[in-house]
Amino acid sequence: MATKLTVLDPRGYAPSVEGKAIAPSLETLDGKTLYLVDGRFNGSAAFMDQLQAWFTEHMPSVNTRVIRWREPFEDDPEASREIQEHADAAILGVGI
Amino acid sequence: MPSVGVHMSVFARLAESDARVRGVSRMRRAFVPGTLADRSATELRAFIEGDDPVSGRPFMEGVLAELTRPLDEEDLRGLTFERSTPRLLPPDTEENLRRLFEENRWTDFLPVVLPTEERVEAMLAGTSHAPDEVVGRLRPTWMRELWEFTVEKVAVNAVMAGARPEYFPVILALAASGITARQSSTSSIATGVVVNGPIRQEIGMNCATGAMGPYNHANATIGRAYGLLSQNLQGGSVPGETFVGSLGNNFTYNNVTFAENEEASPWEPLHVRHGFAADQSAVTPIWPIWNYVVTWGVRPTWREKLLDMVAAHDPHGGLVLILDPSAARLLAEREGFATTESLVDWIAENATKRAGQWWDHFTSELFVRPLADQGVEPWATRAQAHPDERFTTFQREDIEVVVVGGETNAAIAAASGRRSVTLSVDDWR
Repeated sequence: MATKLTVLDPRGYAPSVEGKAIAPSLETLDGKTLYLVDGRFNGSAAFMDQLQAWFTEHMPSVNTRVIRWREPFEDDPEASREIQEHADAAILGVGI
Repeated sequence: MPSVGVHMSVFARLAESDARVRGVSRMRRAFVPGTLADRSATELRAFIEGDDPVSGRPFMEGVLAELTRPLDEEDLRGLTFERSTPRLLPPDTEENLRRLFEENRWTDFLPVVLPTEERVEAMLAGTSHAPDEVVGRLRPTWMRELWEFTVEKVAVNAVMAGARPEYFPVILALAASGITARQSSTSSIATGVVVNGPIRQEIGMNCATGAMGPYNHANATIGRAYGLLSQNLQGGSVPGETFVGSLGNNFTYNNVTFAENEEASPWEPLHVRHGFAADQSAVTPIWPIWNYVVTWGVRPTWREKLLDMVAAHDPHGGLVLILDPSAARLLAEREGFATTESLVDWIAENATKRAGQWWDHFTSELFVRPLADQGVEPWATRAQAHPDERFTTFQREDIEVVVVGGETNAAIAAASGRRSVTLSVDDWR
């Protein structure tokens, strides 16, 4: 029978994960304010413009606003505040 | 409020994994089939009006459904779990352990030295620090969670790389840097390593002929250890999940690890220029190493050639000039660059790009355009430049000079890369 070896695990220690609930859904988007958040990753701005155009054509009852994040990968407290205050829902993108 | 994240479909696994480790069971998300850069309005509209390649349903149908779907208990509970890492793996045969290590992606797909308790204990003798001391934390990218690790965990990976105990202080310093050698960037980043000070001779590193190649045990295994500890201590480096480099980068096999040839250099060594005494030992990670070009000889047109070489560089990746000692001495004694600072100044002033091209880099658009929009100088002014106006490619502080090699050829090499920190090796003895 082949000899058995005992070796150490090479992995580091991961932080624990605590469950988070996602935000409640809307019953309808009609009449709501939807923020389209451009995260400033490659090509996102043009995508959000097209997304806004789609809503204008197909769901004009939805009030859309495109907002541009100040820098990719960094917090933007001003944009966050505006979204919190005025948005009923948001679409963010486009990222990895 | 309800929010839907839109991702590229190639990152579906990453999005899933990221949501899980943030404790969210079913993140609201939708996917588009490809990259967005350089797409026409028609192509982008086709993404929106087409199908989500991950769910298979129409993209907009999915987006709207996510914002209005009733939530269930799983959505409200989220995911809670521990991820404990045992100290020891269940005993098994050597063959089975090798297969386990490879299947778990704990290796670089080359054979490793299995980290038995005896081997790890021997490695730990290379430092005075306690095995259970926390060395630091690493992550594949700043958007991911930080994983923590101890001296013993670093020792495990050092053993796997084939390193010797006398190399361990260098490896610990690299682990403590907080800079991973397995960065997850779509651009495929490599991290190089420059070692300075007496430790080079103590452990037999090569700073001369072939120093940047596979010709020295210390150079080879320290670099390999840096890679293995990075991927294993940070939570992994798995393509599509914790590694998204589109091409990958061959420099990451050994992480371009070498000792500076301080003795043959006409200038102060790297670590002395950054606050260390000559008799102190230090290590400097340099990243992002994307590209490397070389010419030979300080010939009459060397200035023109060097500027041609760096013209191919991304303006935001920094620049490391890697000089054979014979080239360095010619630059210092014949060409008048008495200090590395004077050489850096010359490059900073003379390496220029056309504004139209400078702004056309992916990195310029991603990292600098937002600063220009906020009025930060010099970017705000540069954003107004005519496309044919020329301005300097690099910021002065992003250029570094290192001397290495055995004087068989007066090589002048230019690699991308930036020095972010130089760390004490002596602290980890």
